[in-house]
Amino acid sequence: MAKQHITTTINGEESEYLCEAQETLLDVLRDQVGLTGTKEGCSSGDCGACSVMLDGVLVCSCLVLGVEAEGKTVETIEGMADGDELHPLQQKFLEEAALQCGFCTPGVLVAAKALLDMNNNPTETEVRYWLAGNLCRCTGYDKIIRAVMDTAADMRGASA
Amino acid sequence: MSGMRYEAPGSVDEAVTLLADAKGDARVLAGGTDLLVQIRAGMISPDLVVDIKKIAETKGITANGGGFSVGASVPGAELGAHAAFKAAWPGVVEGAELIGSTQVQGRATMAGNLCNASPAADSVPALIAAGATCTVVGPKGRREVPVGDIPTGPGKTSLADGEFIVDIKLPARPAHASDAYLRMIPRTEMDIAIVGAGVNLVLDDSGTCIEACVVLGAVGPKTIIVADAAAALVGSKVDAAALAAVSAAASAAATPIDDKRGTVEYRTKVAGVMASRAAAIAADRARSK
Repeated sequence: MAKQHITTTINGEESEYLCEAQETLLDVLRDQVGLTGTKEGCSSGDCGACSVMLDGVLVCSCLVLGVEAEGKTVETIEGMADGDELHPLQQKFLEEAALQCGFCTPGVLVAAKALLDMNNNPTETEVRYWLAGNLCRCTGYDKIIRAVMDTAADMRGASA
Repeated sequence: MSGMRYEAPGSVDEAVTLLADAKGDARVLAGGTDLLVQIRAGMISPDLVVDIKKIAETKGITANGGGFSVGASVPGAELGAHAAFKAAWPGVVEGAELIGSTQVQGRATMAGNLCNASPAADSVPALIAAGATCTVVGPKGRREVPVGDIPTGPGKTSLADGEFIVDIKLPARPAHASDAYLRMIPRTEMDIAIVGAGVNLVLDDSGTCIEACVVLGAVGPKTIIVADAAAALVGSKVDAAALAAVSAAASAAATPIDDKRGTVEYRTKVAGVMASRAAAIAADRARSK
């Protein structure tokens, strides 16, 4: 089967790639586009390591076909920092050591940003349920949750 | 996996033609949260995948005649964000929103949940209790089917070759009507129900139940409509005695499996607890309308 030519917008830039119908958006991002910040964990939608935003909706890129991204916008972890300036979530994760091996971190950050963009005053319970689809085998989650809560508090302070 | 073809038609007719003309295994793609997992696991290797998300009829939630039509490609996140739909059918929405993680909610659809035909599908008991129907299209035309007639057993549906669902319809609501869905999982999130219970009911102006439907999921190869539980509710004020009768009827109707996630005894007992609690929640909601 001939590869399909797909045009999409990735992190604000128009991007083109060729892909087979069965390739996932995760495969395409990592292997064709060269954006390896998005991680492959389970490839079955359980772990959240491959989280990206697709047309503004948080999804697992392993559960999206590369061809489905035609004409859509994709935001990955690579688009989160503003040049050399880290996003407040990234900065807080570093300051509070909310990661150990770091494999789940890109997915956690993309998912947490999606929450804070919509609600900068979530309860701890809301944060825990929102991030329930992002598995971490190192931190025990507490530091992640605290870093997200603290970032939200900073963002509220900055906008007040 | 090699040689899979992907098509994203813009109309029902084109999709029906693609599926009818397909050689080999053809599959319909909506949210893909089951389909892509099955492809990746090697359980299936379709020759053709027809993405129905570009078909206008499968999009959006539309109010019609007091009821609602939910397109087959509407994901859980969109259902939860629709205030009017959520107000009318809170139980249907809470069932759909229990499917998977936030990421899965961005994609997973009720129509897909129905067609995946898992006995533990979280959106199905409340849809059946609601009296929902779905529009099935295929080479022989279009038919309206009660939602409960689609799954015929684990992983099996009554859909014929080339047929797919374009929307799910919820009927108009009288006053003092509401619903609820509860499930039991061994963890607090991201798990598959060992018992699910959907209850839909209507009260009269005095608070007496005049109509009810109680449906169990995950305690049999198919969902179970518990007529005795509904009978216990109708004519009652949904008081403690009626709820105890609902619980007993639901436990009596349950035919669960026995495994490490829950014994038969446990699932049977919990089926009664979930059904009676869901009935109490639905009644509270109905009283406030």
